[in-house]
Amino acid sequence: MAFIIALTIWAVGWWINGRLANGPRSDSRAISLLIPIIFGVTIIAMWEVLVTMLGVSPIILPPPSSIAVRFAGEIPILWADFEQTILKGAMTGYVVGMIAAFTVALLADRSEFLTKGILPVGAFMAALPIVGTAPIFVKWLGSDWHSKAAVVGVMVFFPILVNTVAGLKDTSVMQRDLMRTYGAGYWPTLFKLRLPAALPFMFNGLKIATTLALIGAIVAEFFGSPTVGMGFRISTSVGQLALDMVWAEIVVAALAGSAFYGAMALIEKRATFWHPSQRS
Amino acid sequence: MNIRGIIPALVVVGVIFAIWTAAVIPMNAHLTADQAQRDGLVMTPEAPRDRQDFTGLTLAIKNPAIIPLTYTLTRPRLPSPHQVAIEMYETIFTKAPTSRRSLVYHGWVTLSATLLGFVIGTTLGVLLAVGIVYNRTMDKSVMPWAITSQTIPILALAPMIIVMLGAIGIQGLLPKSIISAYLSFFPVVVGMVKGLRSPDGMQLDLLRTYSANANQGFWKLRLPASMPYLFASLKIGISAALVGAIVGELPTGARAGFGARMLVGDQYGQPMVTWAALFGAAITAALLVAILSWIERRTLTRMGMGATA
Repeated sequence: MAFIIALTIWAVGWWINGRLANGPRSDSRAISLLIPIIFGVTIIAMWEVLVTMLGVSPIILPPPSSIAVRFAGEIPILWADFEQTILKGAMTGYVVGMIAAFTVALLADRSEFLTKGILPVGAFMAALPIVGTAPIFVKWLGSDWHSKAAVVGVMVFFPILVNTVAGLKDTSVMQRDLMRTYGAGYWPTLFKLRLPAALPFMFNGLKIATTLALIGAIVAEFFGSPTVGMGFRISTSVGQLALDMVWAEIVVAALAGSAFYGAMALIEKRATFWHPSQRS
Repeated sequence: MNIRGIIPALVVVGVIFAIWTAAVIPMNAHLTADQAQRDGLVMTPEAPRDRQDFTGLTLAIKNPAIIPLTYTLTRPRLPSPHQVAIEMYETIFTKAPTSRRSLVYHGWVTLSATLLGFVIGTTLGVLLAVGIVYNRTMDKSVMPWAITSQTIPILALAPMIIVMLGAIGIQGLLPKSIISAYLSFFPVVVGMVKGLRSPDGMQLDLLRTYSANANQGFWKLRLPASMPYLFASLKIGISAALVGAIVGELPTGARAGFGARMLVGDQYGQPMVTWAALFGAAITAALLVAILSWIERRTLTRMGMGATA
């Protein structure tokens, strides 16, 4: 019975989406926003029906309704965790890592030799499991948010560095010659030509780094944290088999991640409105 | 990469190691001073509490005798490069690979979960990408979610997946692999969709003039054209899969694997174990990416796309 209802929900959702996607106005903004929402709602409805009707134990998979109830009931705790992990840990680390990466990129940019060395090494470091440094930083800086910020800083440093260094190289000889004919020195050329040209690359790095920042801040809390924080809540709630609380934290993480990324994308749109990828 | 390209990279690596080596002195100065005093050396200032007022660097300058000793502590805050190298040499080469003290053994535990997860994630990712490219409904419904899911910290799910599967009775390799699969899945989907769509209208039209059917269009144009994109996402996917397997070992008290070694070193105050596991994981990631790059170069060269790779 449960399967029949779930299948019906699926069929209805899919049929509506099929009609919308192949309909005449499928490329309009509203429709292309509506289709994924219907798809998401379909999945959640199926999840709810299957879990409640089949009597799946809440310690394996809680139904979405109980997650929503838990979310609404625990907002003060969720907010405290959000503040500790995202605002203090992830944001501080992100800003520090970003400033460090920009500084190193600008210094390295003065020398052709350093640029050549930093690009491969930085790309290589960006692929390493840097999150493994978390226990070391927790030992050095204590279990509060400072150690999380340090992990995040190191994690976001390399992707931002590599993209910025690559971006600063992205001007043509013709453009630089033009600046020279204007009598522009290093600094005017940097601010008026090379930094603007590097912006699309820098934002690419900054957007990759948003997800890394959240991952770093949450995972570092598995190695030790005060009794507040999203990673702490996830690992203790898993221990207490309070999976609805874990899911509520994951909802917070998902919202925070999308908002952070969305904010970066918005700033990018404002700052690089002239770039072909932003003009459509 | 030719010789000229390697030298700058080596210099940068050398600078990183030099900074590390220099940082050992101030990081370990206080611990070393305490140890040296117990061994009978005279320290300035004498009371350990007074020493806390100084930074590590000032302490080392005031007591030059402890500088060489900072590199040989048994439980340093920051081990020196040679200590890590020795620890790695001992746990990799002098222990039998089946021993629980061998890093090769722990590496294999993590690596097997990574590879299994990577294969599952990549296969599913490619299949979904094909579905998205050929089915408009799927494209419109699933693709926005695939993109959004890259902006959320999926790794936070890891402890729960382990417990969930543990509750149904699945343990060991598979839960970690599922986390790895999940992490490598989305980059592959996004990259592969981009790749399968990369042939332009002219190329698609050409196939139509040959009266090629959809099947031939897939195997002879879209799939080959997607290879550069596939390899780019495979390289992202494999390092994500490794991180997933390591993090999957953390919350469950796993007894083997790189993640378990990091946790053990952390909890039992054996910094060398943590550092060796960290470098072991880094080297494993580097090797995996290097192998994929090598396959990429071989494949693209044989396909006549070597110049762009």
